[in-house]
Amino acid sequence: MKYLVSFILLTLLAACDGGQWNNPYPAEDAGRAILYSVFTERPKHLDPAQAYSENEYAILASVYAPPLQYHYLKRPYQLVPLSASAMPQIAYQDARHAPLPEDAAVDKIAYSVYEIHIKPGQRYQPHPAFARDAKGRLEYDHLRPSQLHDIHAPGDFAHSGTRVVTAADYVNQIKRLAHPQLHTPIYSVMSEYIVGLKDYAAALQQALHKNPDHFLDLDAYPLSGVEVVDDTTYRITIRGKYPQFAYWLAMPFFAPMPPEAVRFYEQPGMKELNLTLDWWPVGSGPYFLSENDPNRRMVLSRNPYYDSERYPEQGEAGDAAAGLLADARAPLPLTDRVVFTLEKETIPYWNKFLQGYYDASGISSDSFDQAVQVSVSGQSSVSDEMREQGITLSTSVATSTMYTGFNWLDPVVGGNSQRARKLRQAISIAVDFEEFVSIFANGRGISAQSPIPPGIFGYREGEAGINPVVYDWIGGQAVRKSVDHAKRLLAEAGYPGGIDEKTRQPLVINLDTTANGVGNKSRLDWLRKQFAKINVQLVVRSTDYNRFQDKIRRGDTQMFYFGWNADYPDPENFLFLLHGAQAKVAKGGENAANYSNPDYDRLFDQMKNMENSPARQAIIDKMLEIVRNDSPWLWGYHPKNYVLQHAWLHNVKPNVMANNQIKYWRVGAAPRDRLRALWNKPALWPIWSGLGVLMLFFVWMWRVLRQREQRRAS
Amino acid sequence: MIAYLIRRLLYAVPILIGVNLLTFALFFVVNTPDDMARMQLGVKRVTAEAIEQWKRQHGYDKPLLVNMQAAGSEKLTDTIFWHKSASMFLLDFGFSDDGRSISGEISTRMGPSLAIALPTFVAGLVIYVSFALLMTLFRATALDMAGVALCVVLMSVSGLFYIIGGQFIVSKLWHLVPISGYGEGGFKFVALPVLIGVLSGIGSSSRWYRAIFLEETGRDYVRTARAKGLSELRVLFRHVLKNAMIPILTGVVVVIPQLFMGSLLTESFFGIPGLGSYTIDAINSQDFSVVRAMVFLGSLLYIAGLILTDISYTMVDPRVRLQ
Repeated sequence: MKYLVSFILLTLLAACDGGQWNNPYPAEDAGRAILYSVFTERPKHLDPAQAYSENEYAILASVYAPPLQYHYLKRPYQLVPLSASAMPQIAYQDARHAPLPEDAAVDKIAYSVYEIHIKPGQRYQPHPAFARDAKGRLEYDHLRPSQLHDIHAPGDFAHSGTRVVTAADYVNQIKRLAHPQLHTPIYSVMSEYIVGLKDYAAALQQALHKNPDHFLDLDAYPLSGVEVVDDTTYRITIRGKYPQFAYWLAMPFFAPMPPEAVRFYEQPGMKELNLTLDWWPVGSGPYFLSENDPNRRMVLSRNPYYDSERYPEQGEAGDAAAGLLADARAPLPLTDRVVFTLEKETIPYWNKFLQGYYDASGISSDSFDQAVQVSVSGQSSVSDEMREQGITLSTSVATSTMYTGFNWLDPVVGGNSQRARKLRQAISIAVDFEEFVSIFANGRGISAQSPIPPGIFGYREGEAGINPVVYDWIGGQAVRKSVDHAKRLLAEAGYPGGIDEKTRQPLVINLDTTANGVGNKSRLDWLRKQFAKINVQLVVRSTDYNRFQDKIRRGDTQMFYFGWNADYPDPENFLFLLHGAQAKVAKGGENAANYSNPDYDRLFDQMKNMENSPARQAIIDKMLEIVRNDSPWLWGYHPKNYVLQHAWLHNVKPNVMANNQIKYWRVGAAPRDRLRALWNKPALWPIWSGLGVLMLFFVWMWRVLRQREQRRAS
Repeated sequence: MIAYLIRRLLYAVPILIGVNLLTFALFFVVNTPDDMARMQLGVKRVTAEAIEQWKRQHGYDKPLLVNMQAAGSEKLTDTIFWHKSASMFLLDFGFSDDGRSISGEISTRMGPSLAIALPTFVAGLVIYVSFALLMTLFRATALDMAGVALCVVLMSVSGLFYIIGGQFIVSKLWHLVPISGYGEGGFKFVALPVLIGVLSGIGSSSRWYRAIFLEETGRDYVRTARAKGLSELRVLFRHVLKNAMIPILTGVVVVIPQLFMGSLLTESFFGIPGLGSYTIDAINSQDFSVVRAMVFLGSLLYIAGLILTDISYTMVDPRVRLQ
């Protein structure tokens, strides 16, 4: 007991130095340029051939350095070299590989050859896979089980090394995209374009079938469409003209992968220790993963060999005034470490942000009113409470769209008939997405006029950009057409007053969704009310994720709720969601509505390989006119991202395409420490009061007991 | 006793097979191997070939329970059930469907779970028993009534409220400990979860122990002890507490092995990297390898708890013999 009391007293005395008791970080981190962030879900994959999720890219994009990246400051989004020394040189060839001029017609181009020059002298992060002994041989490429004793992370090996990145490493990674055991999500797309990738995958598959447990040496098999020219140059040959290929080159799928790192992790005993390339990436980017405990925290540390990049000198208008060019030409990254902490719940995340223990935060619906105030004109700004803490707000429209699809194969709501079209148009008017965004997203979103969100080529502002089926342009803004107009369309569709003229039965439409439970009830009730405005009955068929996906695959739905997040900022990446060749039921593609219109498909094929130009815009306008009229989706809304940041965090500019922004961020460690100390002074009175009350209680109890015993004795 | 233990351990084998079979059936009623593949491969750009390849690679391309294409014993052994279950009886849990070592994951997460669960268990037991003894000591007085009322109030409050309220008051208003997290300097991270864990259990546990103690205080041996002139404290601690151990142990010992499994809610809100959410996360991500391993481990620990409970009876009550 006396030890416990001593411990409590010592702890209390230790606190009298004015330190922060609630600081979750070690005291030695004070004053250091460390960025504190969160992750809400553990990443599934960290292998650049497998990872494809936003939470995985938050880590990977800072570890790997693909040839290209998005300019951090310029808008619209623009590709610039990252590990490449310049933008790829593209040469077009005909079917016999004869060169074609740059302005050759698309149908004449049989092949496009991308020649990529990489920056010389780039080096990988320190890693034991590169460690060499005195004779220059790889030190850890024939590990014995005894050498793995007490090894839990690559950092536990006694030695590490590095080496210069070569063009062969990029080619190695492209070959990995075809590895049958990696299940690369973009393999199906890439195999359509990269020459020889399909055959290469078949050869690997065959080799694996013969020796299932044997290590696949990718160099032993040739890939005809990819070629190493010299140490710093390689070529990729793709079929036809595919301008969007450059966007893929900005993703970790195309980052360099050293073969010795792959072999290092393939050694016996490694997988049992969770030492895999899928868990401990080996890259040449600005950071490396120095700590990986996905149940608690993941730490990125500065790659000491990364010296190939500087903060951009140019941005768009207003960036200089906003202080975003203050670090121009400074070597990147601007922070030494990035600590990602797992926060599954929003309440602790939010409160720790307010206490200064996270540098930036999103805003959950629960905290929205505390954090943001919306003016009469709809402008959002931080609340007075946040402003007093020096917190600022950045907003951006996500390159994603949340829509409700009509199944084109359904006999009631689908198909190309005038009846079905008018029914879909009537529902499109009745479901008021402005109201939805206002009620359920705290205004964080804009109603969609088409699949294309703002910031993507093809999106038009103002009157030219509205969906005339649903909106009128009145007084300089888009105004949703009246419910009466929707009712008229419904009557013209053969459902006057929501009653089927033929059967005299009320019109009932089914919505399939994975939303269920109390949390979603209000949304579903709201949706039923929207349909009730035009006397249509909506039946919500809530189901689990598996059954929902199955129904979508089989086309066994009438309406369904879906979303799409852009892979790259090109209209093709949104408009293909309605292309007939992508129909979910017939082709297993991404067109979940199974929409099919030959005119639209023809225009899509024409538009998809064009460079951004007035001609491309004209085709997109025609395509949007067709789909707006056909209304295969309720266009829904494009979400808006709201991010709060503390005053000590600099250079934050929302960039929804780039995932590697943290290298540009700068942290003012000294002001952060000062403000944290100010905001987090421990209140000791509850402890003293509690101890006092307990002591009084025990004294009282002791006296009462003594009196009772004395009474009994007498 | 040895024979008894061996018999109990042998009983455990069919129980574990049954649990395993039930888990298998329930899991695959809801999820098909195709669903599992889609969940692992993501929703974007997944091809039928990729799904088949994933199933082959992870052993989900075989029949579920009976392989009619195979010959002899392979009808049963060349199935998903056999491949995923047999090794577990050797405590070889293998790899999760996303390729991580399950044993490694369990051993990593077990420590943080225990760091919360063990002090909560020990401190809780001491406090609940002490509080119950206090109420028994002052039975039928205003203090007893107030204690019971307090217990009813405490047990009526949701566990989530304790967590959110505790984080708000202790961490946000008073700045005494971090709101969430886990790491070096463990005391400050575990103090609040332990405090809340203990507080949230006071109501129900103390009332339960009070009822046990009150039942004991009405027995003849207590009357005899008092008649002999023993003090009330001595009667309570020396006699009542000792004789109330059987019902206390019945509820307490069985949970000791389960402390490893952690607590979902506490660990989620406090950012404790324990085992609490491992099973739930696996169910959500349709990772059968983890689900069956965790259910198996949970059953094993539960059986171990029951055996320990039986053994503990012999220690506190010499009349009990295990045969």
